[in-house]
Amino acid sequence: MLFRQAGIHHTDYASDRALFPVPADRIMIIGLLVLAVTAPLTTSSLTLSSYLLPWLVWTAATLGLNLILGWAGQFHFGYAAIMGIGAYASVHGARNGIPWEIAVVLGGLTATVIGSTFAFAALRVKGLYLALSTLALQFVMDWVISHVPAISGGTQATLQAPPMKLLGQAVTSEVGFYYVALGWCLIVTLFMLNLRRTALGRALVAVREKDFAAAVIGVHSFRYKLVAFATSSFIGGVSGAILIFTFYRAVTPEQFAVNVSIELLAMVIVGGLGSIIGSYFGAAFILLMPGLMNSLIGWLAALAGARLGVEALAHIPHAVYGALIIIFLLVEPMGLGKMYANLRNYLLVWPFGYARK
Amino acid sequence: MDWALFAELALNGAMAGLMYSLVALGIVLIYKSSSVPNLAQGAMTMLGAYFVLEVARYGHVPMWVAIPIAMLLMFGVGLGIERVALRRLAGRPIIMILMMTLGLDIFLRAIALTVFGSSGRPMPIGIPDDPLFLGPILLNRSYAVGAAVALALFGLFVLFFRSRRGVVLRAISDDYTASWSVGISVERGVALSWAMSAVVATTAGVLWGSVQGVDQSLSMLLLKGVTVAVLGGLDSIGGAMLAGLLLGIFESVASGYLDKLVGGGSRDLVVAATLILTIMIRPHGLFGRHDIERI
Repeated sequence: MLFRQAGIHHTDYASDRALFPVPADRIMIIGLLVLAVTAPLTTSSLTLSSYLLPWLVWTAATLGLNLILGWAGQFHFGYAAIMGIGAYASVHGARNGIPWEIAVVLGGLTATVIGSTFAFAALRVKGLYLALSTLALQFVMDWVISHVPAISGGTQATLQAPPMKLLGQAVTSEVGFYYVALGWCLIVTLFMLNLRRTALGRALVAVREKDFAAAVIGVHSFRYKLVAFATSSFIGGVSGAILIFTFYRAVTPEQFAVNVSIELLAMVIVGGLGSIIGSYFGAAFILLMPGLMNSLIGWLAALAGARLGVEALAHIPHAVYGALIIIFLLVEPMGLGKMYANLRNYLLVWPFGYARK
Repeated sequence: MDWALFAELALNGAMAGLMYSLVALGIVLIYKSSSVPNLAQGAMTMLGAYFVLEVARYGHVPMWVAIPIAMLLMFGVGLGIERVALRRLAGRPIIMILMMTLGLDIFLRAIALTVFGSSGRPMPIGIPDDPLFLGPILLNRSYAVGAAVALALFGLFVLFFRSRRGVVLRAISDDYTASWSVGISVERGVALSWAMSAVVATTAGVLWGSVQGVDQSLSMLLLKGVTVAVLGGLDSIGGAMLAGLLLGIFESVASGYLDKLVGGGSRDLVVAATLILTIMIRPHGLFGRHDIERI
């Protein structure tokens, strides 16, 4: 119906391998892009700066984590630390007079260098032990960031991000920040979309499925693990830097603590491992849900005439967030991305359900 | 070098380490039977401590009655967690299982704080605050009690694993399918190990609660518990005890000297570094089974 495939004939490989072979997808993407670009005109400044902007940046970070978790199949429980390294490196760079663009790339590269050390853990162990060692590395990074005054500016200190200048133009407005975030998110999305069509992406999938089987067919599994960790660290580092420059405007160690790592993992899991559209859904879900849930519960309590303590209200969103992770794992382990794919597959052949795509 | 200080750090560390073993013991019990690394053990510890306090408060019973009642309740909680959350995940990829236990951790912690409130509360089990004197060395009385309870529990588990039910659990941990085929109810065994682990968590919660008060920080024992469990080998109960002893001594001594250099807060760093080094050098731990895959 919606995703009509009838009458689409691919007569050459290029059209068969196009990013979006189904016209409905292309139209939807164009529509979404138009919506995204015109969002500053159509939405309020509050929605733009406190919902859309963080959503886009967190989506970019989720995609980066999905690269390592969903594509390469390697655990990474310390992704927030990687983002923190990128953020701190770029803020320090920019404070020392390096142009903003270069400072952000520098942040990404610093994150890449340090993040690649995680790959050496992956060389030695995998599965549970890799998860635990990356979790421990997160604690070490947290400790280093908060205890070395040269990095954090002292314990409990906040480091103000200097004003942002893109290609010589000062970016100060909310709209400008939004476009920077949108641009970065689109770049990462394009990269991830193309990843599955390249040798690199297929090699990563081979490593994920079975690393020694990959080695047998000539895929150097350690090299690709290293590439995966480095690439996803770069994405994470730049995302962390952009998050600081466009959203928080100041950087503190707690912004990249271990619970943020778990939140990122939840975004990937709720969104769906290896799903790009799922990363968008997952980030939106985990970011927006606690706030929505809080107002819903407040409203219900007011309706029922019950009085909830401030304390209870502060912890209920966490409980719901934990419950959501549990429910998703029980009901749809492949996440929202899989739900979308199911719907799309159904509509692809509707009303001829027997002709499963 | 000040030998009295060193001995004091080491002895107190050893006893605190045995109390870490209590947390690790719960993780090991579950991992042994079902290969599930339970990252919710910290939250279960906290929940157990809150249960004890609430039973004592609303049941108007003394502590020594409240603790067994809370243990019974936690036994049920453990059974419930296994039945609702983990049973359906059997055979799924490890990432799903890890995320499930993480989700449980977040959920249990938040529920406990929502229902019972997050302000810190004391756990009055009647251990006096004044230290024990052992020559020039001061020993923390709560740690001493905790260490004794940990050793007693260890003894109990050694005995338990020689009983009929214990042999069944050992068979399950040895080979899932083989025990199934000889008529052992694997589900029931795994559920029992979750329930026992919840009871152990209550013990740990009571003892740690008497040391540092009952609040959210109890769930932070998870990192130490995991480190001890990995260091000892994830499926070895004796390993967990020895590793707790070692980690306790190492943490106490190393942070005792490091804190002066870096200005405090090096305990977590020492623990995390121990975890990383263990995994890099000897991933199966001191006494764990050797079935980790190398690349």
